[in-house]
Amino acid sequence: MTTTSEPPKAGFHPSQLIYDTRYRSLTIQVIAFIALMLGLSWLVSNTVANLQALGKDFDFGFLGQRAGYDINQRLVEYDSTSSHARAALVGILNTLLVAVLGCALATVIGVLAGVLRLSKNWLIAKLMAVYVEGFRNIPLLLWILLIFALMTEATPQPRDFREGGDAAMILGDTVAITNRGVFIPAPFWGAGAGILLAVLLLSLVAIFFWRRYAHRTQEQTGRILPIGWGTLGLLLVPVTVAFLALSLTSGRQVQPVLATGASEGMTLADYAGSQQAINACTVPFSTESLNLRRLMRANDLRFNLVPVADGAEAIAAAEAGRCNILSLPASTIAASVPAGAVALSDTITRGNPVEFERPILGGFNFEGGLQLRNSLIALWLALSLYTGAFIAENVRGGILSVSKGQTEAAFALGIKPSRTMRLVILPQALRVIIPPMISQYLNLTKNSSLAIAVGYMDVRSTLGGITINQTGKELEGMLLLGLFYLVTSLVISGAMNVYNSSVKLKER
Amino acid sequence: MKKSVLFGALTVTGLVAGAAQAATLDEVKERGELNCGVVTGLAGFGAPDANGVWEGFDVSVCRAVAAAVLDDPTAVNFVPTTGQTRFTALASGEIDMLARNTTWTFSRDTDLKFDFVGVNYYDGQGFIVPTALGVSSAKDLDGATVCIQTGTTTELNLADFFRNNNMSYEPVPIETNAEGQQQYLAGACDAYTTDASGLAATRATFENPADHVILPEIISKEPLGPLVRHGDNEWADIVRWTLNALIAAEEYGVTSANVNELAAAPGSNPEVNRLLGTEGELGAMIGLESDWAKKAIAAGGNYGEIFEKNIGENTPIGLARGLNAQWTNGGLIYAPPFR
Ligand SMILES: N[C@@H](CCC(=O)N[C@@H](CS)C(=O)NCC(=O)O)C(=O)O
Repeated sequence: MTTTSEPPKAGFHPSQLIYDTRYRSLTIQVIAFIALMLGLSWLVSNTVANLQALGKDFDFGFLGQRAGYDINQRLVEYDSTSSHARAALVGILNTLLVAVLGCALATVIGVLAGVLRLSKNWLIAKLMAVYVEGFRNIPLLLWILLIFALMTEATPQPRDFREGGDAAMILGDTVAITNRGVFIPAPFWGAGAGILLAVLLLSLVAIFFWRRYAHRTQEQTGRILPIGWGTLGLLLVPVTVAFLALSLTSGRQVQPVLATGASEGMTLADYAGSQQAINACTVPFSTESLNLRRLMRANDLRFNLVPVADGAEAIAAAEAGRCNILSLPASTIAASVPAGAVALSDTITRGNPVEFERPILGGFNFEGGLQLRNSLIALWLALSLYTGAFIAENVRGGILSVSKGQTEAAFALGIKPSRTMRLVILPQALRVIIPPMISQYLNLTKNSSLAIAVGYMDVRSTLGGITINQTGKELEGMLLLGLFYLVTSLVISGAMNVYNSSVKLKER
Repeated sequence: MKKSVLFGALTVTGLVAGAAQAATLDEVKERGELNCGVVTGLAGFGAPDANGVWEGFDVSVCRAVAAAVLDDPTAVNFVPTTGQTRFTALASGEIDMLARNTTWTFSRDTDLKFDFVGVNYYDGQGFIVPTALGVSSAKDLDGATVCIQTGTTTELNLADFFRNNNMSYEPVPIETNAEGQQQYLAGACDAYTTDASGLAATRATFENPADHVILPEIISKEPLGPLVRHGDNEWADIVRWTLNALIAAEEYGVTSANVNELAAAPGSNPEVNRLLGTEGELGAMIGLESDWAKKAIAAGGNYGEIFEKNIGENTPIGLARGLNAQWTNGGLIYAPPFR
């Protein structure tokens, strides 16, 4: 017996690194890696050298310095004396706000448009096609600018709402659409708001169990329970009952208005006449503060609001002379009123657990209520419509990926078309839809940095814009900005991946 | 893919490194063109005319420098910059100098690593409001919505002004003057604030300028002037003394009309002779030809001529000399001696 080939020697020859396919790819990877590292280190050393040539140092100390500029939309407390880090935080929250709002609306629009584009109704299907193609094929920036221009040019100025002007508030004088934004009623929280919230949470838990019970019943017995009505009822009834009960008991309670340096039984109007200025200590967004303001407005008084966190702080502020009028929240003990303060003859009620403050026209602008700035609306709508068009295509693709036989089988079993879609098609389509959806969410979040075009103060405009410009820390600012977008994107895709694995095909 | 991006980034940093290191004067000469940062468009100060040719008060400084260095006032590549992009453009070497109503401040001169070479307009921040609003003082603006260009000193002054006067306001951030004008005219803000000169220039382009008032309060000092990167002193000297030459020319009565005649032969005033290079070696001291100042003055006239032609009282902008008169007329415009 002869062996045709000797078993290969265990020895290793360097030329194998190139000629032996087993090692070659490894060699290439190592070389590429070294080249990449060399390139990177060259980049870093070049940057360091250039910074040195410009005489600039690399440090993040500027984050602690006073920012000096104001920001119109702030979700946390901020003024021009706050630090650059705080300004960055305000920007981050604004970015996240528009990203969350945008992702939510884009999903709704996208799913609707995707499903409707497959509709048998010719007109609807074509309209959806026009929407998708229109938004997909025109740059996002143009949409943002277009919507913003429409919102500022086609809407009235606040002063047109004055008497004799040609603009009027809508929805029973609660909403004003102006070229500075849409003003809507703002919620104020009164005594019992916590209870209301607890009831709402309990309702949500109950809804969860009700739906589970309904599904299980259907699986075991085939009986179909009214899931939708049950959900709606559980959502609305307990909260409404709790609201009525609370407003009847605590909301009607009378609460004194305390004033420092007043005499017993004085009216608010008399007291105001005896003072140079009215400074009212109130807890922002509490119903007591709202009712105090309503009272002062009813008396035609000009006043400043001094925000405090709670009753104790209000008392301290009044004793320090920072305010001369206050209404203590229900939780404060009556005995601990500030020194020298007495109750006026005017009183306020504590208010319902939730009350809404309507925007009213002030000197220059609408005051009170919630202002949705045009920059936010334009950015939000444009991002949602644009991304929605892409999501619509993903949804359509997902639905088409489910074979027609499934639909026919469902129909043969006598399942209604809407149920077929919800129970047969969509669950299978979702596993095709979700992965590209992740990219769309990431795109939307990153595209929100186009905010600068309409002056929306996102993180790109605060940290990456004004802060960099005022401090000259381009490199540091841009690195932080990049880091923020990176972390946000990773968090989004992480969360979506978890959701994806919960809907993907279960292999049993 | 990853690699091509990397190499792209490498070349970009390489280019930037080159720009930051070489002497700016040699670079400009070699390029045959001056890269000058200007506004995106502000009537009278810097804007392209109907034929796309840039003109204006700040633009003239660029032209004078180009004339002094390259003997050609048209050899300028104008780079429009916004309040936010101007400093990055200068620091990165994209432009050789910035002449864009930029306020000389401590931190810009030191921390941001620039050198202001002088002041060509002494200004202050003001407010403009529609007459219909019935506001007569900036102190009445409590609660107003104010349009403000981001990345400017005026943005910081605005915050301080309202804070110090215990008033509140809603800032509407804008990028360029054109955007600010559009927002203001649409009524998206009650008031627009920036340098008073900028307000006058902006108002001049309104359809009905009389419907808008500039409020009397000037809330800050805004000395506006050209600037260059820190570190290239030779280049800074050239820009500084070109500006000074324009100012001195007005003081000594050298105009675009008589500069050629005066430069032909030494005259009776030795200062003028040194300025125009008929006496002494001033040009050589800054690495230019002896008639550098003559060329700069011939480009657009002396400081006074530039002022009158672009923003003076006979233009729609109609600014009086005021603080910007020569020191001999009680103003602050003053050139150190040419010797
Ligand atoms: N002087 C201030 C502000 C300068 C500024 O940006 N002015 C505006 C308004 S006058 C301007 O020139 N805009 C022209 C443009 O947007 O290009 C500074 O240096 O920060």
